[in-house]
Amino acid sequence: MKFNKRITNLLIIFISALALSACVTAKKPTGVSMSSDVYTGTDTVKYLASGVKDRVFFATNRSTLTSASRDTLRKQSDYLRKNKDLNVVLEGHADERGTREYNLALGEKRANTAKDYMMTYGVSGKRISVISYGKEKPVNSASTPLAWSQNRRSVTVKVK
Amino acid sequence: MKKLFYIFTILIFKFNFAYSLIEVDITRGNLDPLPIAISPLHVDPQSDNYQDVKVKELGDLISAVIEKNFKSTGLFNPLNKDAFVQKPDIAHLKPRFEDWSLITAQALVTGKLLMKDDKLKVEFRLWDISANKEMIALAFTTTPSNWRRVAHIISDKIYERLTGETGYFDTRIIYVSETGPKTQRVKKLAIMDQDGKNTKYLTLGNELVLTPRFNPTNQLVTYLSYFRNLPRVYLLDIETGIQEVVGNFPGMTFAPRFSPDGKKIIMSFAKDGNSDIYTMDLETRLVEKITEDSSIDTSPSFSPNGKYICFNSDRSGLQQIYTMKSDGSGVKRISFGNGIYGTPVWSPRGDLIAFTKVRAGKFYIGVMRSDGTGERLLTENFYQEAPSWSPNGRLLVFYRETKSGQDGEGFSAKLWSIDITGYNERELKTETDASDPSWSSLLSK
Repeated sequence: MKFNKRITNLLIIFISALALSACVTAKKPTGVSMSSDVYTGTDTVKYLASGVKDRVFFATNRSTLTSASRDTLRKQSDYLRKNKDLNVVLEGHADERGTREYNLALGEKRANTAKDYMMTYGVSGKRISVISYGKEKPVNSASTPLAWSQNRRSVTVKVK
Repeated sequence: MKKLFYIFTILIFKFNFAYSLIEVDITRGNLDPLPIAISPLHVDPQSDNYQDVKVKELGDLISAVIEKNFKSTGLFNPLNKDAFVQKPDIAHLKPRFEDWSLITAQALVTGKLLMKDDKLKVEFRLWDISANKEMIALAFTTTPSNWRRVAHIISDKIYERLTGETGYFDTRIIYVSETGPKTQRVKKLAIMDQDGKNTKYLTLGNELVLTPRFNPTNQLVTYLSYFRNLPRVYLLDIETGIQEVVGNFPGMTFAPRFSPDGKKIIMSFAKDGNSDIYTMDLETRLVEKITEDSSIDTSPSFSPNGKYICFNSDRSGLQQIYTMKSDGSGVKRISFGNGIYGTPVWSPRGDLIAFTKVRAGKFYIGVMRSDGTGERLLTENFYQEAPSWSPNGRLLVFYRETKSGQDGEGFSAKLWSIDITGYNERELKTETDASDPSWSSLLSK
């Protein structure tokens, strides 16, 4: 009897622990479109053409491309190869959580990483110019991790 | 040996007795500010209503500016004038020291104004109340419209005499004025006196401008402008308003600063995703590459003797502070604490480097010795960065941004200053929101 009681106690603890952890994991996916601090949603995204997203997102302090970003840039490259008279500017941005000068350099690095990738997919470097705005032009002005993830971006803009 | 020590102490004592009367300790945070009485300036009766100049009013204004300067240091406590018993004219000739010590004043400033040949003459004296002695007496002659400068120069002289340090009141601060919502900020270069007066806007806000910095003579400013959407380092002559781009770099140049002799600009140049540090000689236009690394190298700042450069690099992975010789050799990482470090600036005294540190989502302004030892964090906040030194190396001015809500509400950017002791943190009031402050050197040297 005593032994039984101990088991039930343990069981109760075990089950409540399970329930608790379920709560924690259940909260996350709804609404928050980030994967290891890179924005994966479409809230701020515009389109160069049907199915061709205009921007890619980055992790804090990083300028490496995620597989989703590479996919977007490949689509942009296809689109540019099909529209030979079109030139673009890649605008590199950082979030507000860094020092201004470093962010200018980081935005430049992000846009160039995107440019390099597009060049390997057959777009001439002459058609792509790059500008960094650092933290100067946020797209989402909130001070939240979600807003920051939307602001860490390289945006491809058509030049007339 | 004991005897020797004895003699030594006597000498010290004598020295103290002969020279320093009042001492203001500025090496530590001063929690017991020195009571100072700033007597209203006495107006010479013959100058009382000199043509159109309201001399009496100028006297009140000058003493109010001096008082405000002293209050702002946190080192002095200007006493309430209602308690003053002695008339300004008599006090200026020879104060009754007992009267002043009765109201706990330890130092007294008296002065006299007179007009002669359309010029304003301002005399002032600083008195040590406990030693019954005059400490300095000086006079300045200037045009009446220049009264504010005179008030700052007098404040500097008094500060220098009482603290043994160079003053910083007769200085200006250049900064970026900010208006409009966060996603569409309008930024202009602005300049003001150190006490927030005489604000002037140097650009119209048509293009984005960032990070202005004075040259050593305070006549030129180097800054980043997005004119025609090409981010480049520019030079602005404050008097003439003439702007010119610095060098013809095929890409973004940013993070500019002058060398201590004013002959070169040191800056970052970003090309193909890599930012390196370059200098450009302003006379010969000769460009030199100082760093060569595949990482981001930015925020360079010369040591005051021009022999060394501190800068920011992420070559170790995240932003850290490095030093090197001015030719780029001898690169040494000096920041090793937890967190990332940015915006290093060499103190005008040469001993310290001020920086921004980010750790666990908080931003700090701190100082460390130029070899990286003795790190001290002075202030913690949600967001603050870009410290700039007062010319005497006692204070830092920086900007602070507040956290904004879902639609950007509650956002502000303001200038703040703090003593390197970590005390006396205060906001520098500006007409608009403000960022990227840079402190001039003393205007009157």
